[in-house]
Amino acid sequence: MADTKVLHEYIEKLKAENAAWITDFKDARGEVTAIVPRESIADVCRFLKTTCEFNLLADVCGADRGAEEDPRFEVNYHLFSTVHHNRLRLKVLLSDDDPHVETVVPVWKTADWHERETYDLFGVIFDGHPDLRRILLPSDFDGHALRKDYPLRGYEPYSLT
Amino acid sequence: MGLENTLFESLPDVITVRLDAVVNWARKSSLWPATFGLACCAIEMMNSVSARNDLSRFGAETFRASPRQADVMIVSGRVSRKMAPALRRIYDQMPEPKWVISMGACATSGGVFDNYAIVQGVDKIVPVDVYIPGCPPRPEMLIHAIMMLQEKVMNESVRDRRDTYETESRQSIVPGTLPVTVGTTLEETSKTASTRPYTVASRHEKRRSS
Repeated sequence: MADTKVLHEYIEKLKAENAAWITDFKDARGEVTAIVPRESIADVCRFLKTTCEFNLLADVCGADRGAEEDPRFEVNYHLFSTVHHNRLRLKVLLSDDDPHVETVVPVWKTADWHERETYDLFGVIFDGHPDLRRILLPSDFDGHALRKDYPLRGYEPYSLT
Repeated sequence: MGLENTLFESLPDVITVRLDAVVNWARKSSLWPATFGLACCAIEMMNSVSARNDLSRFGAETFRASPRQADVMIVSGRVSRKMAPALRRIYDQMPEPKWVISMGACATSGGVFDNYAIVQGVDKIVPVDVYIPGCPPRPEMLIHAIMMLQEKVMNESVRDRRDTYETESRQSIVPGTLPVTVGTTLEETSKTASTRPYTVASRHEKRRSS
């Protein structure tokens, strides 16, 4: 089991900077996940990049917990530092009727395509994104394919079955 | 090889044949496939022109990178929904006469990929002449398909194919060929009027997901 003491220090640092930035955090299997309110995700990311040297955004991905869950969607940010080689995960929880979250493209440019992918497959809307359109599915696709309630064969008049 | 001398001595200077026979013989002996490898079937397609299988024995070894120089489109592999307009466009760019071989289970029927992302059979987009089963088919099966296509070519007539736009053309409504649209950022695609001739506004565009 990896030692997560140093990761807890970053959590404490975030809490010391602004107590509202972190609602909760988990420590499981040597990985630390901080749950961040959606309003402050860009601020948290900017702080972690500038002050804590998390200079690499490894991944942004979405998750659908199921249509009956509330909050339904997760957006996960996997951060890595090429300086001190630590990994940190940030998680934003979103409800079904208002899946908006602030973009982190101004912080890491690589978030551009990651956020487009998350929008494409889950329908999470990143406010302030410079070019939020589909990236993997065809541009005229109907629906968001990785949502749990999306039918496997697609919507009937649409799919070429 | 000396054969020319023998023929020259034994045949008269002028012979008469049916035009179809000569034209079809020339066409079938130099089928130029368009390279359209989409998935693992493409590996077998490459193998069929290798030294071991040697498709060039049947006059079809010249795989062209440009559809404008090709006669046969070998659709080898699964066709994704996003690839479908591109595939149709490449088919439209091929000059007449042209034929299509659907290679493998995925190109023929979608195969195991019965989902929203894969076109359930390339014959929804382009007219197919020969289907090859298998997952993937062996190179011998592809060679057999090309030989079957050669038989089909021999039975055609030059009168059958005209270089006019008919039901197969891009100007007609092609079921399942989906439009390439621009500017779909969070806006209704149905509002975006497309001017591309091969795109067809269909019912699904008027619906958006909840």
